[in-house]
Amino acid sequence: MTVETPKNLTFFTPEFSKNEGTIFIDTGISAGFPSPADDFRETRISLDDELISNREATFFAKVSGQSMIGAGLDDKDLLVIDRSIEPTNNKIAVCFLDGEFTVKRLRVQGEEVWLQPENPNYPIIKITEDNNFVIWGIVTSVIKKV
Amino acid sequence: MFALVDCNNFYASCERVFNPNLQGKPVAILSNNDGCVISMSDEAKKIGLPFGAPIFKWEEFCKQQNISVLSSNYPLYGDMSERVMKILAQFSPDIEVYSVDESFLELKGFDNINLEAYATKIRSRILQWTGIPVCVGIAPTKALSKVANKIARSNIKQSKGICIIDSEEKRVLALKWTKIGKVWGIGRRLKTRLETKGIITAFDFTQLASSLVLKEFSIVEWRLQKDLQGISKILLEDTTSSKKMIATTRSFERTFSNIHDIKERVSTFATSCAEKLRKQNSSCYMLIVMLRSDRHKKDEAQHSVSKTVVFSNPTNSTLTLSSAAVKAVSTIFKSGIKYKRAGVIVTGIVAEDNYQLDLFSTENPKHKPLMQAIDKLNRTFKADKIKLANQDLKRTWKMRQERLSPKYTTNINDVITVK
Repeated sequence: MTVETPKNLTFFTPEFSKNEGTIFIDTGISAGFPSPADDFRETRISLDDELISNREATFFAKVSGQSMIGAGLDDKDLLVIDRSIEPTNNKIAVCFLDGEFTVKRLRVQGEEVWLQPENPNYPIIKITEDNNFVIWGIVTSVIKKV
Repeated sequence: MFALVDCNNFYASCERVFNPNLQGKPVAILSNNDGCVISMSDEAKKIGLPFGAPIFKWEEFCKQQNISVLSSNYPLYGDMSERVMKILAQFSPDIEVYSVDESFLELKGFDNINLEAYATKIRSRILQWTGIPVCVGIAPTKALSKVANKIARSNIKQSKGICIIDSEEKRVLALKWTKIGKVWGIGRRLKTRLETKGIITAFDFTQLASSLVLKEFSIVEWRLQKDLQGISKILLEDTTSSKKMIATTRSFERTFSNIHDIKERVSTFATSCAEKLRKQNSSCYMLIVMLRSDRHKKDEAQHSVSKTVVFSNPTNSTLTLSSAAVKAVSTIFKSGIKYKRAGVIVTGIVAEDNYQLDLFSTENPKHKPLMQAIDKLNRTFKADKIKLANQDLKRTWKMRQERLSPKYTTNINDVITVK
C-alpha cells in the first residue's frame, strides 16, 4: 500500500509472510549419501494460493438456485468472494438486496445500477432508491463438485 | 505518535456482516452459556438494555423492544478479529494486539504523513475488506490515544470515527472532557479514591504533583499520569511472543456442591490449558486452581480459594496437569459450599524444547508422543474424541447456545447462501 505525502515521497509498507521459516527434514540425517530427491523438493500446489489473492478480504458462499447458470454458477457451487475488489461494470457480485443475499452480474450505466441474471427465465433487476442494497463482495472463482 | 484502533461493538458487528438485516437494528450478544448480555449494538444501548443484564430477567423486554438476542459465536469473532489485526499490521510494523477488538499501532517516523488521511484509509480499508466498522484515536502517547479513541467513538457522525490529539489545546480539551473513571487503567476502586480527592476529570489527574501520585498510588499510576501529560511512558508491548499465562475459567450454568462435579470441571479446564500450551509449543512450571462461590448470593456461605502447584520440571502433558489440578481441588474444596465458578491458570511458561533438564525428571517420557497422538486425533475428528477418564464422557457439559449463528467463516457447511 502507498501513502501520499506533500513531499511527493511514496512509502511502502513491507509485506509480512506467515512462513514459519525452517523446513523440517523428516528423512533424518544419516552419515551416508543424502537422498538425491531432497534437493528437488518443492512446495505442493495450493488452492489457497491459486484462488485467493487477499486472504483477509476473502469469504465463501454457497449458490442456491439457477439464476446464474449461464455464467457457470450452479446450485450448491461454492463461490470465492473478495471484498477488496472494486465493484465495476460486468463483474459478478454478491449483493445484499432487500433482506437477501443474491449473486448477479453488475451492470453499471452512468448513475444506474442493474443486476443481471444469467438465465433468460429470470428478470433483470433495476436498483432504485427504494431498495435496501449493498454490494457485499466480488466473486473471483467458483468451485464445483463434479 | 500512537494510534488506537478499536472495532465498534465488535461482536454485534461480526454478526451483522453475515446478516445485514441486523444493520441499524438493536442486537445483543450473550455470554458463554447464554447467561447475560456482554456486547450490544448502539441501538440496543439506546433502548436501555444494560451491560451484564441476565437474559432470563430481560427476555420479555428484549421481545417487546425487538432486540435480536444471539449466543456468542467465538469461532466467528476470532476469525474476524484475526482479519482485522492482519490488515492493521499493513499500516505499521509496530503493532500491539491489545484485545480481540483493539490494537495499538506505533507510528514511528510518520512526521510527514497526513495522519487524518492515514486514519481514514485504515477505517475504510477495514470496513470494505471485513465489513467491521472501527474508530481510530491518534495521539503522542498510548493513554492519550485511548482518550482520543473514546472521543472519536462518542460521536461518530461528527468525528467520522477519527480523533487526533496533535496539539496542547486539543490535549487539554480532551482530558477535561474525559471523566476520570473512563481513563484507561482506572478501575472502580481507584476511581472512587480519586473522586474523593476531588479529581473528576482526566485533566484534574494530570494536575496532581507527580511526587504525590508516586507516594499515594504506585508507579503504574505515575506512568499513566505522564502518558496523559503527553510524555510517553507506557510502551508498546511485544505480543508476538507466546502467552505468559493461559487461563481457562468458567462460570457454571448452575452451582455445584459435589466434589466429583468440580473435579470433572477442573480436569476439563486443565486439559484445555494443556492443549493451548502444546499449540504454542510451550510448557509450564506452575498451575493454579481456583474455586469460587456465587458472590451475588449474599445469603449463602461464601468461599473463594485458590491453590498453586509447582512442577519440578515444565510440562504440557494433559495427564500431569489434570492430575495435579484434581489433587489441588481435594485440598481446597469445602463441602456445603455452592460453587459457581472454577478455573485453571497455568503460568511460568517456557518454550517446550528450551529448558533446564532435570536429572531426576519425574514425568514419563511416553507422555509426549501420547499427547501428540491425542492432539492429532482430536484435531482430525473435531469434538474432542479422546478424553481423560475423569472427564465426563457424555458431554453433558455442552455450552448452552440456543441462539447461535452459523460459523460463517470457519465451517464450509455454514457459509452464507446466495440466490
